[in-house]
Amino acid sequence: MALSSKEVLKVGTLSRIRLTPEEVEKFSSQLSAILDYVDKLRELDTAGVEPLAHALPIHNVLRPDEPRPGLAPEQALGGAPQSDGDFFRVPRILNEEAGA
Amino acid sequence: MSAAEPVPTIGLEVHMHLKTRTKMFCGCKVEYDVRPNSNVCPVCLGMPGVLPVMNGKALELAVRMALALGCTLPGLAKWDRKHYYYPDLPKNYQISEYDQPLGVKGCLDIETSQGPRRIGIIRVHLEEDAGKLMHAEGGGNYSVVDLNRTGTPLLEIVSEPDVHGAEEARVYAETLRQLAVYLGVGDCNMQLGQMRCEPNISLCIGADAQGKPRYTPISEIKNLNSFRSVERAVTFEIARHREEYEADPAGYTLEKQGKSTRGWRDDEGVSFLQRSKEEAHDYRYFPEPDLVPFVPDRQWVEEIRRTIPDLPEIRRRRLINDAGLSEYDAGVLTADRLIADYHEALAEYVRDAKMAANWMMQDVMQILNERKIAISEFPLTPQAFGDLVNLVASAVINRNTAREVVLPRMLATGKSAGEIVKEEGLAQTSDESAIEAIVDQVLATNAKIAEDYKGGKKAAFGRLMGESMKASSGKANPQVVKAILARKLGG
Ligand SMILES: [Zn+2]
Repeated sequence: MALSSKEVLKVGTLSRIRLTPEEVEKFSSQLSAILDYVDKLRELDTAGVEPLAHALPIHNVLRPDEPRPGLAPEQALGGAPQSDGDFFRVPRILNEEAGA
Repeated sequence: MSAAEPVPTIGLEVHMHLKTRTKMFCGCKVEYDVRPNSNVCPVCLGMPGVLPVMNGKALELAVRMALALGCTLPGLAKWDRKHYYYPDLPKNYQISEYDQPLGVKGCLDIETSQGPRRIGIIRVHLEEDAGKLMHAEGGGNYSVVDLNRTGTPLLEIVSEPDVHGAEEARVYAETLRQLAVYLGVGDCNMQLGQMRCEPNISLCIGADAQGKPRYTPISEIKNLNSFRSVERAVTFEIARHREEYEADPAGYTLEKQGKSTRGWRDDEGVSFLQRSKEEAHDYRYFPEPDLVPFVPDRQWVEEIRRTIPDLPEIRRRRLINDAGLSEYDAGVLTADRLIADYHEALAEYVRDAKMAANWMMQDVMQILNERKIAISEFPLTPQAFGDLVNLVASAVINRNTAREVVLPRMLATGKSAGEIVKEEGLAQTSDESAIEAIVDQVLATNAKIAEDYKGGKKAAFGRLMGESMKASSGKANPQVVKAILARKLGG
């Protein structure tokens, strides 16, 4: 299954990765090879098989609602490229668009 | 063929914080207004190599809400990653439930000014909140992020497009909040961002040649954080859709323009375009490999179901229909679950829901307001307070003595109503001859007022009542005083 360069560019954009024309070409053949490999699974008849929700055969792993110590603000911010007081500092966001 | 009047068709997405001590997938505390980035850990900061583990309490609360909304719990709910890039989302994905949510197909009954309405619920699912992004003060050319909120357990409730107006949208959101607070599922303090509403608005503009309904493009208004703004934003959008549709009936359709996301400027009262369909996010959902699915245990679910109290709407209806309370009183007494519980216990003790309601409305609520306390901090148990109510009901003391003398002393000393009445000699008298003597005395010294009454001044009766009660130091049974006065003045 060949992936077009347009599709590779779209995946790149969604992943916030800027690709050079050479990379687009390289990745489209690499990604196509991966898809071809996975496509082999389609050869199996899965008509009567329940879709798998998780690779592990367990469920309902829960923890009690009890606080545990985390990191101090200094530690949390320690690895950040930029900080401002107790905050992480990021490039200015102009619109108020939120994802959730 | 004339076009039918367009019908607003609205579905709401409501997000609420669950009332847990810790976050969804880590042990960080859920707190508001604390030092920025002080409730964070490697899990909620999205560091590599960490393992999220589901908060059992959050799951229990979510199941509670889903059951109260009449949802079915499918045999399995699973976690998915929803990918997008934004500085308030450190993992670059949000853990959510995509195609197999916790609860499906429920409903919520609401009471609008146009009568009762039932709004369908498509789904209820769990996810995690993002952090808070703020613009730097002083106009710096950057933004700052506080990740304390990141990973806070969030319940998303998606309604069917059953809402047909701005008031309905507001009442739906209010009723949902009331239910969540009632069930102890969330505090839903909108100022704290614990509840956010996102209405999806469209107008049904008749049908096409095949009879299929046609719609204006759907607009989703993001992050409304007050009931007032829900109502205003929906009103605004309905008018905007009408205008756009009238200007371009062929082009302004869902088919041609799809869905767009809009923001709301509350100060200006206008919505504005954030992104249209062409820029819509491709979230590249896939199953979360770090979290195993939830398979509800039937017995556990039934235990939760048993702990769900009577819902506010059911209690409210019962008070109106069975106890004969006014809509207003019933609304006040059921808005808060603990107040409703108190009233119910008092009503049971004094065996009269309406009488209990009068005391609640006139005395208990007033004390709560004056002292700015919650019902949980009210010093008297329903039984102790009920003793006072019973003393009035059985005419041992009158209403005024109970309210002005006995109740304040009960609150101040913690003594029972009976003790106080006994100690202070407050028991009222219904002795007709004693009361008659007092009334005669009052009529003699207030002959002018008595004449006024006989001359047609009805208000004079109240003054004579008052004087008689005062002369008896408040101990005369007011019903007896009234009867004697009426007899004497009428004759
Ligand atoms: Zn954490």
